[in-house]
Amino acid sequence: MELTFFNVAVAVTIAIGFAAINAAYLVWAERRGAGRIQRRPGPNINGPLGLLQPPLDGIKLMAKQLIIPGGADKALFIAAPVLAMAPAIVSFVTLPFSDTIVAHNLNVGVLAIFAFASLGGISLLFAGWSSRNKYAVMSSVRAVSQAIAYEIPMLVTVITVVMIAGTMNLTDIVAAQKGGIWNWNIFPFKAGLFNPLMTMSFLIFFICALAETNRAPFDLGEAESELVAGFHTEYGSMGFGLFFMGEYANIVVGACLTTLLFLGGWSCPFGLFPGVWWFLLKIYVIIATIIWIRWTFPRTTIYGLLNLSWKILIPFSLFNLLLTAGLLKVF
Amino acid sequence: MVTYFSEIFSGLWSLIIGLSITFREFFSPTVTVHYPYEQVVMPERFRGHIQLKGDEEGNPKCVVCMMCQRACPSGCITVAGKKKEGEKKKTLSKYTLDFTKCSLCGSCVESCNFDALEFSKEYKLASTRKEDFIMDLMQRLEEQNK
Repeated sequence: MELTFFNVAVAVTIAIGFAAINAAYLVWAERRGAGRIQRRPGPNINGPLGLLQPPLDGIKLMAKQLIIPGGADKALFIAAPVLAMAPAIVSFVTLPFSDTIVAHNLNVGVLAIFAFASLGGISLLFAGWSSRNKYAVMSSVRAVSQAIAYEIPMLVTVITVVMIAGTMNLTDIVAAQKGGIWNWNIFPFKAGLFNPLMTMSFLIFFICALAETNRAPFDLGEAESELVAGFHTEYGSMGFGLFFMGEYANIVVGACLTTLLFLGGWSCPFGLFPGVWWFLLKIYVIIATIIWIRWTFPRTTIYGLLNLSWKILIPFSLFNLLLTAGLLKVF
Repeated sequence: MVTYFSEIFSGLWSLIIGLSITFREFFSPTVTVHYPYEQVVMPERFRGHIQLKGDEEGNPKCVVCMMCQRACPSGCITVAGKKKEGEKKKTLSKYTLDFTKCSLCGSCVESCNFDALEFSKEYKLASTRKEDFIMDLMQRLEEQNK
C-alpha cells in the first residue's frame, strides 16, 4: 500500500487506540479476575459489570498533580513513563494480526520487536535512577539484572523458531505454521521435524515473556513489601498511569508474540475460517492465563529469579537450539 | 543430575496444582458481603456499646443503684436519678455514655443486678465529630420504643 499521510495517521490512531483500550480494559479484567479468584466480585459499581471503572480511574489520575521530587533528574524523570509506554505502541507497527491486517510488514519483524522491547528495561532504569530515592534505585538495579537474565533464554528460544521458519518476517513465520494444530511450533509433529522439546521451548518463552513484562511472580521491580512501590515510588498522576498502561500494553505485545511464534498466529487449529478472530481468541486466552498466573503464585525472590534463568532456562533453551539445528540438518 | 531434573518436574507439577486450585475458586460463588448494599446481622453475643433495657411499658428497668457507674474502669458512665413525688424509689433521669473512653469491657453489664443494661448490635458508628460519641441512652431507649 502507498504510504500517504492519511494512511499513516489512521494506522497510528488504530495502533494507539488498540493499545490504550486494551491496557485500560485489561486492568478491569485483571481486577475482576482477581476478585473471582479471591471469591469476591471485584469492581462492579461503576456502570454495568463495573465497565466504567477504567475511564473513571483515568480521569482520577489525570486530575492529580504531577509531583517531581526535589533533586530529581527532571528530564529523565519525565522521559521514563513515556519510554515505558512507547515501545509497546511502536511494536504494533510490525505485529501482524492477519494476512492483511499489518501496518508495515518488516522483513526483520522479530528483531525490531525485541529491539523495542529492550527499551522497556531502560525506562525502568531511568525511572529508578532519576527519582532520587533509594528504593527506586534498588528496584531499577533489579529490573536491569532481570532484563538481562531473561532476554537471553527468550532470544535463544526465538532463534530456534526463526531457524525452523527460516525467516524473521512474522507473517512468514505464521505462514510456516499453517495447516492444522500439528504444524504449530508448540507441538512436536511438524512435518519433517520431529522435535519433542518445542513444548518446553514454548514454556520457556512464556516464562520469559512474563518476566520481561515485569508481571507477577516476577514483579521484583515493584515488590511493594520490600521496595515501597519500586521504580514508580515517586510517580503520581498520569506518570504512574503511563507505567501502568505500559505494563498492560506490554502484556498484549507479549501475548501477540507468543501466539505468532508458537501458536500459529491467525491459522485455525483445524483448518476452518482462518482470520483475525483466531488471532484475537488466542491472544486473549494467553492474557487470561497471565492474569490467572498472577493471582495464583507468590512473588519469587531475586535469587530464585536469577537461578531460574541461569540454571534452568538458559541451559534448556540452548540445548533445544542445538537439537533443533541438528534435526534441521538431518531431515 | 537426577535431583536437578526431579526438582524441575516437581516444581512444575506444584505450579500446575496451584493453578488448578485458583481455577476452581474462579468458578465458585463469591462469599463476601457487599457492604453498603448488604449488611450482616450481628451475632447474639456481639458486644457493641451498651444500651438501656425497657420493661413492658417501655420505661427503663434501671433503679439508679449506680453499680454500673462504679464498675466502669474508664468512668464513661454518668447516671443520675431523682425521686418523683409520692414515690419511694428513685427513677432514672439521665444516663450518658461517653463512648470515646469506653473499651467495651462489659463490667457495667456484668455488675447490673436488675437486668437493665445490654449490649447493642450497633457497629456503624463512624463519625467526624466527638460529640456523636457522647450518647444519651435514655433518648435512645425512647427512640427504640417508638
